[in-house]
Amino acid sequence: MSDAMLLLEGLACVRGGRMLFAGLDLALAAGGSAQIAGPNGVGKSSLLRIVAGLLRPYAGTVRCEGAVALTDELDALDRERTVRQALTFWARIDEAPAERIDAALADLRIAHLADIPVRMLSTGQRKRAALARTLVTAAPVWLLDEPANGLDVESAAALGALVDRHRAAGGIVLAASHLPLAWAQDLTIELRAPRDAGEAP
Amino acid sequence: MIGAIILRDLGRAFRSGGAWLPLAFLLLIAALFPFAVGPNATLLAQTGGGLLWIAALLASLLPIDRLIEPDRESGVIDQLVLRGAGEGSIVLAKGIAHWLSFGPPLLVAALPAGALLKLAPETLQTVMIGLALGTPGLAALAILVAALTAGLRGSGALTGLLVLPLAVPILIFGAGALQFGGGSALKMVAACSLFLCVAAPIAGGAALRAGRE
Repeated sequence: MSDAMLLLEGLACVRGGRMLFAGLDLALAAGGSAQIAGPNGVGKSSLLRIVAGLLRPYAGTVRCEGAVALTDELDALDRERTVRQALTFWARIDEAPAERIDAALADLRIAHLADIPVRMLSTGQRKRAALARTLVTAAPVWLLDEPANGLDVESAAALGALVDRHRAAGGIVLAASHLPLAWAQDLTIELRAPRDAGEAP
Repeated sequence: MIGAIILRDLGRAFRSGGAWLPLAFLLLIAALFPFAVGPNATLLAQTGGGLLWIAALLASLLPIDRLIEPDRESGVIDQLVLRGAGEGSIVLAKGIAHWLSFGPPLLVAALPAGALLKLAPETLQTVMIGLALGTPGLAALAILVAALTAGLRGSGALTGLLVLPLAVPILIFGAGALQFGGGSALKMVAACSLFLCVAAPIAGGAALRAGRE
């Protein structure tokens, strides 16, 4: 895990004919973390999706060593299954051992919800279940989109501790949030509000 | 990974009505049809084979809005792509799961439905062979249209409009096999089916990729 690294060079993103950001550079070595800050609609989520490979950048390159795990507002957990069953599907895809699910649930303090259907969970509990999915994946590069959304104070602190543990093990954390996060950042990238239309073809 | 997706989708299909749904659907149509056209045994035997084909086509359409869209909306497809699954493989896996959830139950239901419609044994045999060859094509068509319309609002009516014309070749040759005694018509069903099974993952995968942008 310690040879993880993330290198963004000259990234630009165009959405709906509008340039959201351009010339974005970022380098994170193993154990590094960065926050992407900025107001709503400035392209924070789009940047994470570009890093994850789900969107094509308008310009620039993404170099990433190590598997990537993305936690965004979509939890990707089957509503009608229990938390454990929904996570088991992803563990099977990731070829992760089943014990990792229990460990992840305990880490996020939702072990007592393991046998509750996902659709019964509250917003914050669902967010924690989605974070548990990321823990199960055991990917070195974490992309967190508004990770503190819906989390109570203790859960946010628990997430901070998990991030610190992940970084100590050589992982990389790139988080997008308009709010200050519960863990120390190596650097913060402030995306500016989008400029007027007409700059991009 | 494809195996895990198939298992999951099959589980979802069976929990939400399951294999009984297409089975009951076909039997209900076969039971209602004599009320609509009258209990004339000759008429039923003549039209019954075609009716089974129409019923199979509609059964493949039944869950079409649940095939791709919920997984796109809840981020499952994003997460699968993130883990290295190609969009084509996802569509292929979902297509196989869709076929398994309605194809085999439909073939089972065709037996009692054939009896209800007073089909001759050889006609029923041709229908069964035709359905076995044609339903994979119908499943591929359904998953392709589901991928194309994922993310559109009010796509329910649109999916029907898209699927039904594209299903015409399978229907023509499948029902035609009944009139001209199988053989070459069944081979054409198999050919259409094969074409759709190959085209659906490619085109559907491209649609998913394009829909993400």
